[in-house]
Amino acid sequence: MSDVILEDSGVPVHLAATNNRKWAIGFTLSVIIIFAFYQYVYTSLPGEVQNFFRAWLPLTSLGEAMIFVLMALGLNIVVGYAGLLDLGYVAFWALGGYVAGWLMSGFFDSKTINFGGHPPVGLPNGIHINFWLVLIIGGMFTAVWGVIIGAPTLRLKSDYLALVTLGFGEIIPQFFVNGENVGGLNLTNGTQGITPIDDITVFGHAFGVFDLQWKFLIYSALAGLMIILSLRLRDGRLGRAWLAIREDELAASMMGVPLMRTKLSSYAVGATAGGVGGVAFATLINGVFAERFNFAISIIILAMVVLGGMGNVWGVMIGAVILSWINSTGLVQFGNVVNGALGTNINFPSFNFLIFGLLLVMMMLFRREGFIPEARTRVIMHETTDHQGAH
Amino acid sequence: MSSLNNAPVLDAQNISVVFGGLVAVDNVSFNIPEGSIVSLIGPNGAGKTTFFNVLTGLYSPTSGGVYYDGNLITGLAPHKIAAGGIARTFQNIRLFGMMTAQENVMVAMHSHMKAGVVSTTLRLPSQKREEAEAREFAQELLDFVDIGGTTHEYARNLSYGDQRRLEVARALALRPKVLLLDEPTAGMNPNESARFVEFVRKIRSERGISILLIEHDMSVVMQVSERITVLDQGQKIAEGSPAEIKSNTRVIEAYLGKTGTEASK
Repeated sequence: MSDVILEDSGVPVHLAATNNRKWAIGFTLSVIIIFAFYQYVYTSLPGEVQNFFRAWLPLTSLGEAMIFVLMALGLNIVVGYAGLLDLGYVAFWALGGYVAGWLMSGFFDSKTINFGGHPPVGLPNGIHINFWLVLIIGGMFTAVWGVIIGAPTLRLKSDYLALVTLGFGEIIPQFFVNGENVGGLNLTNGTQGITPIDDITVFGHAFGVFDLQWKFLIYSALAGLMIILSLRLRDGRLGRAWLAIREDELAASMMGVPLMRTKLSSYAVGATAGGVGGVAFATLINGVFAERFNFAISIIILAMVVLGGMGNVWGVMIGAVILSWINSTGLVQFGNVVNGALGTNINFPSFNFLIFGLLLVMMMLFRREGFIPEARTRVIMHETTDHQGAH
Repeated sequence: MSSLNNAPVLDAQNISVVFGGLVAVDNVSFNIPEGSIVSLIGPNGAGKTTFFNVLTGLYSPTSGGVYYDGNLITGLAPHKIAAGGIARTFQNIRLFGMMTAQENVMVAMHSHMKAGVVSTTLRLPSQKREEAEAREFAQELLDFVDIGGTTHEYARNLSYGDQRRLEVARALALRPKVLLLDEPTAGMNPNESARFVEFVRKIRSERGISILLIEHDMSVVMQVSERITVLDQGQKIAEGSPAEIKSNTRVIEAYLGKTGTEASK
């Protein structure tokens, strides 16, 4: 059975094709069900049920989850595929966000440019470029930054690379916080951020702040594209080169794989996903705010990759959905329930880092391969544990 | 033998490598005539592997130059030298353990393939054709080294002998003109080593590749080599046919020590 499919699609690792198909169908169905529920069912439900869903499964958190899937898969290409530890991924998210801030708002109000954009009614000033175009521009912009940051840093060996990326992850958001006067030019509006961001337009329909179910659908489509990209790249020439570098850098170079260029390409693809995620996120929260781009986000996205199973696309997707939900909704709601039941006043969201940190440590101790590991990692990890157990 | 009279495909001239105060390779000249099988031997620490690493671009020589097909390749990045057609295997097997045998071989085709991010994501016809050809070539090579049934197995799960064979298949995927084998029979029993001798000859005759062997197993070296070069303490002390090397007193001294005195360091 699997061999037949193998021949059909030509995917080199057996069973991968069937497995991917199942997951892809599951992902698509879930997205459609959630969309249909909020579009057609939700409003006719009794108020209490509506309140329950609004509290535990709000559309903003679902949209956010999809954007985190996109970004976690981007980081997965750098960390999971190529094996380069990047602790500053938030920088790309921020860069993408500000591209949306610059090109999809009234921020530069001395200019009036409208290129398929959707400025707020009566406020034509500023630069208003079509969302889809900005996605591409944002992706390309961050890809260039990925190369700029990567070119000097990727020559470093693992620990040093992690430290330098950590530095960039701090520098770039700091630049945005302090960017209200760059040589006389207000580039970022400092801590106040840039808001509002234009609506998303699809075939003449504008989706604004209240069309969350439609936005969810759009973000899901972006996440879906990233899933396809991740799966296909892994089975291609570049994916093999990335994995080879992860496995044995020296042997890879001796087999004709150019190390710098291949590492840079993984960095650029990862950065692109971060930038696209940044643009999407700006449209979700209707603004760009410098203080949201903090170090913790880099760690949360990294945790998503580790939790799901480094390298495994579907595992990372699940990891991203779960952690994103805990981060945006789950922890607050859980806290409310506990505080309500016990009459306490514990601030649960403030334990965010404790929980994510603990989670990372537990994963490394007990299930290094992640919840849904890549097939190859699972084989290895279990062998190693058996081996250790035998001694 | 006649192939020794061919023009050298790889020619290393006056190579010296100095690490701090240690002269690891001292003014060694060495060439591989096209279509030949030559060997490099010497006691431990003689500088064989260092010399090998100069040929593949991993180390830059302190002085001297390496010419490949008449062009100076010293100073080129290792991946460029590999892509140009100088392939190697490793003394301690260095496969990509968590990749399948097929993928291992296909990694080495990287430089001969073109697909980038866009064509791979869109599965353009050109990319699909290229992948299909690469898979076919990988299978051909796996069959050539007699492990055609392991295509989808992870490299680390293969037996030791099969891993050695996979390393050769991977090196051949570079479509090399020269194949450098670093102690390929290490860990093999005499029976396996004898079969390996046949295998090396088959690579030369069927694929027209010139071969350099670093080897400790003297029976293998004597059987397969057309010319043997002996290094000791970084210097070339002898070069010649197996028969000449067997009777060379300096070689015997280097391996066994001078008669009547203590073994050399």
